[in-house]
Amino acid sequence: MIDRNSPVTEDELHAYVDGELPADRRSAVEAWLASHPEQAARVAEWRTQADAIRARYGAVAAQPPSARFDLDKLTRSRRWWRAAAAAVLLATFAAGGAAGWLAHGASVAGPTPFESFTVEALTAHRLYIAEVRHPIEVRAGEQHLLPWLSRRVGTSLRAPELELFSLKLLGGRLLPGPNGPAALFMYEGPTGERYTIYCSREQEPRTALRYSIADQIAAVHWVEAEIGYVVSGPADRERLLRIAQAIYDQMENRPPTRSSDNRLISRRGT
Amino acid sequence: MSDFREGVEAAIPAMRRYARALTRDAELADDLVQDTLVRALRSEHLFHGGDLRSWLYTILTNLNRNRLRSLARRPTITAIDDNDAPDMAGPEAGARDIERALATLVEDQRAALLLVVLEGLTYREVADVQGVPIGTVMSRLARARMQIKAYLDGKRPALRRVK
Repeated sequence: MIDRNSPVTEDELHAYVDGELPADRRSAVEAWLASHPEQAARVAEWRTQADAIRARYGAVAAQPPSARFDLDKLTRSRRWWRAAAAAVLLATFAAGGAAGWLAHGASVAGPTPFESFTVEALTAHRLYIAEVRHPIEVRAGEQHLLPWLSRRVGTSLRAPELELFSLKLLGGRLLPGPNGPAALFMYEGPTGERYTIYCSREQEPRTALRYSIADQIAAVHWVEAEIGYVVSGPADRERLLRIAQAIYDQMENRPPTRSSDNRLISRRGT
Repeated sequence: MSDFREGVEAAIPAMRRYARALTRDAELADDLVQDTLVRALRSEHLFHGGDLRSWLYTILTNLNRNRLRSLARRPTITAIDDNDAPDMAGPEAGARDIERALATLVEDQRAALLLVVLEGLTYREVADVQGVPIGTVMSRLARARMQIKAYLDGKRPALRRVK
C-alpha cells in the first residue's frame, strides 16, 4: 500500500498498468516509480500476473469454432426452450417466495444427511468468518472453552494445534447442528484467512474423508466415532487437505482408542 | 445475417476465453457461452445499441453468478483419494499456479480482473458489466492482485519476504 500523502495514488498505479492513465499523468507516474523501487516491484508483479493469465487462457479464443455455437441451430434447440422454462421458474420464485423455492428444490433429489451436515458447517463458516468484531463467542485463552463445548456436543473435544500452518486459534462458539449442538472452532492465519472446524453428532459411525467445494470455500468432512468434523477454509485444496490431515491426527490421537492409523495416507496407498 | 447476429458471432471466441478463465473448466465454460448466446438471441429486442461485447459479457457474468449461487446451496462432494493430483514441477506448474490463484478469488474480483487483463475492457465498461461504480471495480482489481500475489508467495516459501 502507498501512504496517503504520496503524489501518486494506489488507483493510479493500477490505471498505469491497465493503460487507463491519462497521458499527462503517465510520465509523472513513471518518474515516481523510478525512485520508488518497492512500488515499481509491485507494478511489475501485476504485469507478470496479467501475462500469466493471458498466457494461460489466450489460446482458448483461437480454438476452432464449435458446432454448439451455430446461432441458427441454437435458436431451434432444446436449450432455447429450457431457457424459457428457467425464466418461468425464476418468475415463480420471485412471485411465490418460499413456494417457488420448494418447487425448485423438489425437482432435484434431496441432499443426503452427509451433504446436509456439510452444508450446515459451510453456512456457519461463511457467516462467522465474515464477522470482524465477534467471530467467536469464547476466546481461545479462556479455560472453560473446551470443557463447555465438549459437554454440549457430548464428546471430549480438543482444539488442534495448527501453528505449523501459521494458524492461531481465535476461539469457539456453540451452534445448533443437524443432530444436536455443534461446536465451531475458528483459526486465523497471518493474512487474515480463516479456517473453521465444525464438530457435532452424526448419524453414521464412521466415514471416509470427503472434499467438497462451493463458491470459493472448500471443506473436508469425515465422521469418526459418531462425531462429524468439517474443516472449512479458502479453496486451496492441497493446503486444506494438509490442515485437515493434521486435525484428523490430533483429534483421533486421544488415548486410548485405536492405533493412530493415518487414514488419508493409508487410503491413498490402497 | 443481421448486424446483431454478426456481432454476436464475432464475440464467441472472446466469450469462450473469458468463460474458461472464469470457471477454469472447459465444459462448464462452453455451457455458459451457449446459454449466454441463447439468452442474447432471445433478448435481441432488449439490446438498444451500445457496446455489444460488454452486453454479452454482462449476460455471461450474471449467468455464472446464478450458477455459483445454486452451487452454494449444494456443494459438490468428491472422495479425497479420487483425484488427488500429485505435485508437479516444470512449465505446467506455472499455468496451474495462476489457475489456482484465480480460483482463490472472490467471484466479483476474479471477473473484474479477467475483464480488464484478459478481455481488455476499460474500467468504465467493467463498471457497466458488473453494475457497480468505477471505484468498486478498482478496489476489486486491487484486492484480486493482492490475493494472487499472496497466493503465489505462499507457493514459493523460499522467496517470501519477511515483513
